[in-house]
Amino acid sequence: MTLKKTALGLALAGAIGGFAAPAAAQDQIYINHNSYRTGPFSGSGIPIGDGVKDYFALLNARDGGIGGVKIAYEECETGYDTRKSVECYEQAKSKGTVIYAPWSTGAALAAIPRAHIDKIPILSMAYGLSASASGQTFPWVFNPPVTYWDGASVFLRYIAGREGGFDKLKGKTIGLVHLDAPFGKEPIPVLEAFAKEHGFNLKLYPIAASEMQNQSSTWLGIRRDRPDWIYMMGWGAMNPTGIREAARSGFPMDKFVSVWWPGEDDVRPVGAQAKGFKVLTWHQVGQTFPAMQEIQKLVIDKGLSQTPRDKVGEHIYGKGIYEAVMISEAIRNAQKVTGKKVVNGEDVRRGLETLDITAERWKELGLEGFTSPLKLSCADHNGANPLFILEWDGTKFVKTSDPMPPVRDKVQPLIDEAAKSYATSNAGWPSRTETCDKAS
Amino acid sequence: MFYRDAGQYKSSYAADRAVFPLREDRIGLAVILLVAFVAIPLFAGDFVIKTVMMPFLVFSLAAIGLNILTGYTGLISLGTAGFMGVGAYACYKLTTYFPGVNIIVWILASGFFSAAVGVLFGLPSLRIKGFYLAVATLAAQFFLQWCFIRIPWLYNYNTSGAIEVPTRTLFGVPITGATAAIEVRYLILLSAVVLMTWLASNLVHGRFGRMWMAVRDMDIAAELMGIRLLHTKLLAFAVSSFYAGVAGALLVFIWLGGAEAGDVFAIRQSFLILFMIIIGGLGSLVGSFMGAAFISALPTILKFGLPAMGIPIAGATAEHLNFMVIGALIIFFLIVEPHGLARLWQIAKQKLRIWPFPY
Repeated sequence: MTLKKTALGLALAGAIGGFAAPAAAQDQIYINHNSYRTGPFSGSGIPIGDGVKDYFALLNARDGGIGGVKIAYEECETGYDTRKSVECYEQAKSKGTVIYAPWSTGAALAAIPRAHIDKIPILSMAYGLSASASGQTFPWVFNPPVTYWDGASVFLRYIAGREGGFDKLKGKTIGLVHLDAPFGKEPIPVLEAFAKEHGFNLKLYPIAASEMQNQSSTWLGIRRDRPDWIYMMGWGAMNPTGIREAARSGFPMDKFVSVWWPGEDDVRPVGAQAKGFKVLTWHQVGQTFPAMQEIQKLVIDKGLSQTPRDKVGEHIYGKGIYEAVMISEAIRNAQKVTGKKVVNGEDVRRGLETLDITAERWKELGLEGFTSPLKLSCADHNGANPLFILEWDGTKFVKTSDPMPPVRDKVQPLIDEAAKSYATSNAGWPSRTETCDKAS
Repeated sequence: MFYRDAGQYKSSYAADRAVFPLREDRIGLAVILLVAFVAIPLFAGDFVIKTVMMPFLVFSLAAIGLNILTGYTGLISLGTAGFMGVGAYACYKLTTYFPGVNIIVWILASGFFSAAVGVLFGLPSLRIKGFYLAVATLAAQFFLQWCFIRIPWLYNYNTSGAIEVPTRTLFGVPITGATAAIEVRYLILLSAVVLMTWLASNLVHGRFGRMWMAVRDMDIAAELMGIRLLHTKLLAFAVSSFYAGVAGALLVFIWLGGAEAGDVFAIRQSFLILFMIIIGGLGSLVGSFMGAAFISALPTILKFGLPAMGIPIAGATAEHLNFMVIGALIIFFLIVEPHGLARLWQIAKQKLRIWPFPY
């Protein structure tokens, strides 16, 4: 502990003190987006990152940004690590991001209490805190287009349809294979409530994050218990392993439904054996949409992106596109609501609350038939959009069901209750003071 | 030339036995404290405080805890993250049941809970040593981590399974929760670390420290000299876990402000803290700080510092580069000085004392 160290410390403090400074230039809109192209969750993280990045590159290349303002888009690598996500949040904040997309439930939870103070809206697309669907309690947090609770209710609606009605579920056994983390446990209250009402048995098969790639004992248990249906809440390396083990243990793939996170790359190694595997989702796959073709033509062929050409339009890539559309439409809305060109986080929050992407708008965006219209409001930050089934036909995903709406009369009370308990357990949680804009 | 003991006379036994016998050392320490307490909150931005300084301080404290056990007493533990978790959850439950009591009291008190758990898992240390003890503490890590995920009572039946930090105040100023200013939180953390480092320094330089080191160097000889092994080893476990527990409570309540704990207190963290003390220097307090800076702060500085200095690497590339650079540096330092950065620092000081005449 001498002068030398002090000098070193001072130099270090000076060096690191310098790099929080650079602010975004005034003629662009800055977005800092979490991504994870490293670590055990990169299998899901890479296509999402590609989708978001390519869509903003398309907007910049084709339209010169949004409303004539360029989008400065930057990724921050988190490796799905909460601690690195916190670093990314701080960096995003210091550089003036207009939106924060955590892409991990843990990171979302860490950021939610800060959102109204830092004036950065949080967009956690169909993940994160389900209660944040309540705009009254969480004016700064958005989780469109559905929650995990909605997802579980649509899963039950779907299997009830297949079995011939909710009354036919009596005595059946439904298994939930889930990541043993808050994310994976999320649908349990909904499934339990339905199990009590309709008289089916719910069996839980938790999989620890460290055991994601070793699920053989879980599937042995499933073979013994012979559940009638399996619902999977997986992410990252858990998905391909789960599908492979299901095929290996001979579970009927037709009765295996997953929440919306597995992509083609997760199923492809199992190939024809996975035929019949189902994913619950809210948007279509494929390269036939004009927007996807424009990305191929204007972004990938021009060398603006590293995405392999044939990955464009795949399932998880499409999720990236969907999120980027929501962000860009929110920015567009914000420009309309405020009359400003260069909008900030506060404006984008208002843009998100007035978000209304109609079927015509989806068509204008070159994504006709990609998904259902999305409308948010000050009270509803979720939209509770319908979900449909994508089925694996051996080589690709095919849509095999009509869109089914969530059972919101069962889910809404849960959301309200959870929002209330969040506000009470976080003593001093502010009540909403943000005014509500009229949709434009 | 600048750093020498010539002319500094000691006129009392206390002065002769001081931890920092040289005036230059004392001045250096004062300057470091001044920088940490005044300059950083004033001049460093939110980003630096939140992502560089606060993790550095939290992990320094945890590393000191593990160093007491591994470096001073010679007992290897792989359960540090688990003990940190015990502290965090204990603090959460305590402040839930007794919201009126100041949170700082609970943060410090939560250390006693993890000390108790540490003593329990330290019991086998009387019979088993070395790698076998490492495996026994590994069991503690797995068991505790299992508890954090599977016992909903611990996280107040929260649907997301996370600790949600409520707002708590000290003299009317919020110090935890979302509304607390980052500078206030930093100062609380820094004060806790300084206080506990001072305490640890007194412990290891005093009777207990000597007992621990005697056990470390040769436990049979220590026993023959009248040191009771069970008490000494369990005391080391208790003190070590106390430090880990307080570090864990500070991590969740002061630094992160809420966490999905299954993720933060994972086995990976235990290993990182072990690496901190191995690279920093076993049996050295300053080494704990150096190791924490190396393992916890350097990756962040590299990741965000390089682009800020104009070296255009971003996202995943920075992350990959980081792995390579840190890995290479670890190998480099272990080859150059297997006894850690603290030993390197000591050599540098010795050289500095006689510089510029090396005889």
